[in-house]
Amino acid sequence: MSRRILLGIGILLTVVVSLFPFLWFVVTSLKSQRHVEAVPPTWLPGGELGFYRAALVDYHLTDYILNSIVVASSTTVMTLAIGIPAAYALSRLRVSGKTWILGGLLGVSMFPQIAIAGPVWRILDQIGGLNTRWGVLLPYVTLTLPLVIWILASFFKELPTELEEAAKIDGCGPWRTMVLVMLPLAAPGIFTAGILTFIYAWNEFFFALLILTQPDKQTLPVGIALFQGEFTMPWGELAAASVIATLPLVILVLLFQRWIISGLSAGAVKG
Amino acid sequence: MTRGGADTRTGLSDQAAWLMLAPALGFTLVFALYPVVDSFLLSLHRILLVLPDQEQAFVGLANYRQLAADPVARQAFVVTLGFVALSTILEVLLGLAIALVIHEQFRGRGWVRAAALIPWAIPTVVASQMWRFIFNDQYGFANLLLYGDHIADYVPWLAYPGFAWMAIVLADVWKTSSFAGLLILAGLQLIPDDLYEAARIDGANAWRRFWHITLPLLRPALLLALLFRTMDAFRVFDLVFVMTQGGPGGATQVLQFYGYKALFTEGRMGYGAAISVTVFLAIFVLSLFYIHAVGSKLMEKERA
Repeated sequence: MSRRILLGIGILLTVVVSLFPFLWFVVTSLKSQRHVEAVPPTWLPGGELGFYRAALVDYHLTDYILNSIVVASSTTVMTLAIGIPAAYALSRLRVSGKTWILGGLLGVSMFPQIAIAGPVWRILDQIGGLNTRWGVLLPYVTLTLPLVIWILASFFKELPTELEEAAKIDGCGPWRTMVLVMLPLAAPGIFTAGILTFIYAWNEFFFALLILTQPDKQTLPVGIALFQGEFTMPWGELAAASVIATLPLVILVLLFQRWIISGLSAGAVKG
Repeated sequence: MTRGGADTRTGLSDQAAWLMLAPALGFTLVFALYPVVDSFLLSLHRILLVLPDQEQAFVGLANYRQLAADPVARQAFVVTLGFVALSTILEVLLGLAIALVIHEQFRGRGWVRAAALIPWAIPTVVASQMWRFIFNDQYGFANLLLYGDHIADYVPWLAYPGFAWMAIVLADVWKTSSFAGLLILAGLQLIPDDLYEAARIDGANAWRRFWHITLPLLRPALLLALLFRTMDAFRVFDLVFVMTQGGPGGATQVLQFYGYKALFTEGRMGYGAAISVTVFLAIFVLSLFYIHAVGSKLMEKERA
């Protein structure tokens, strides 16, 4: 019995602590200017949507949203396009360098951004990649590849080789075999890897801050970090912008909680 | 296990396999490995972006000597180490608690798991602004919760060095405990149920089962979560950039933020690179531990 009570408390705490701080921001975004500036703060919002309109129109949030959508989607597509063949090869390749490559990739995923920031900036400066979407794409793809390859390599390894043998007998080359036979089987793993890549790119701030210095090129995290009003801090508009930036992620988590959890632990724990 | 040569069963020749790997390796080489080497080379030169025409003189280890003697850098090092130590310990403990809760069978577990994932999914920048607002001196929830209507008592939390540092720790713990929890959950799921069954028959109560079965068998997962969080905590940047800009008085100036300022706001490429390399080496040593731990597991699997 006491165990049930303990579990109940644990569940309650997990949910309240996880959600409450952000709910305060949601409440703030639904207030009016007068209520946001009330001291002491009011507990409940009036349900006004003025801050959302102001954030989207006056603060040009739509531009940031568009940039974020383009950058996060293209990072996902490109990382998968490069990561899938790499993971397939690593799962089937029988060379001694394999462990080194997997270990090395893992090491890359641990790189502190600052260790590569200066040179990456210089490379992009030389090839004209600063303040472009593809410029920010290049480090994003590099830094999401390790996780994608780890998830997919462990996924491919679980798949039996019989189908590939059959495909070979039918005269399929390795690329055709990968695309026509293996891709459909690995779809759940690819889906998981894609979601995690999208979330990474949607949330990334450090490189976006360095590479995208022109406001019309910036993604949502940069816009939200540098959010400023003319005289005072526009908390209401900022809260509305934050809710908008977070909404797609909440939807992804609610829909694909199971995939995300398995993907995160596969990338970290499984060999 | 045969070494080298094609996988004759699947018809994947070595050549084709390396071709499939080439783009991924290319990206890693150009945008991860080369930059690290370049950072190291830059750190041996004096390069000031404000004086682009000046000769980029080779100065040996002068940047590192300067770094060792720099009191601001030393403070940044201490601030970072303290942050890493406290936040990772709290995150692993809380992560363990979260993992134990969401491992249990109960109705609506999927929803609770989703709720626990929300802090992980929220952009760090958004979480930073959110905590900055919670600790706001007038409109913040922290003051409302603690002092209610007594607005004379309201505290400007982020203006005090100790509180500001604690606020960064708290924000990080809130944001990433659930990730630690997921790694630990994966470990919990590997513990066979029979063990608990046998212990229950032997009359061990819940606490003893936790202490003598769960905890020892969970050690690898706990270690993994600890290492993962340690390496990630070393790179903390977004929280500091948004919540405090390293202030007040450098109390929250972590290494990655100090390096960012040296490189990109002061344009001291050589000195900033020396900071970068130092952070890199600290994390590199940690990741060797990690790769060793995971790598040996990988080998066992291959052999099996």
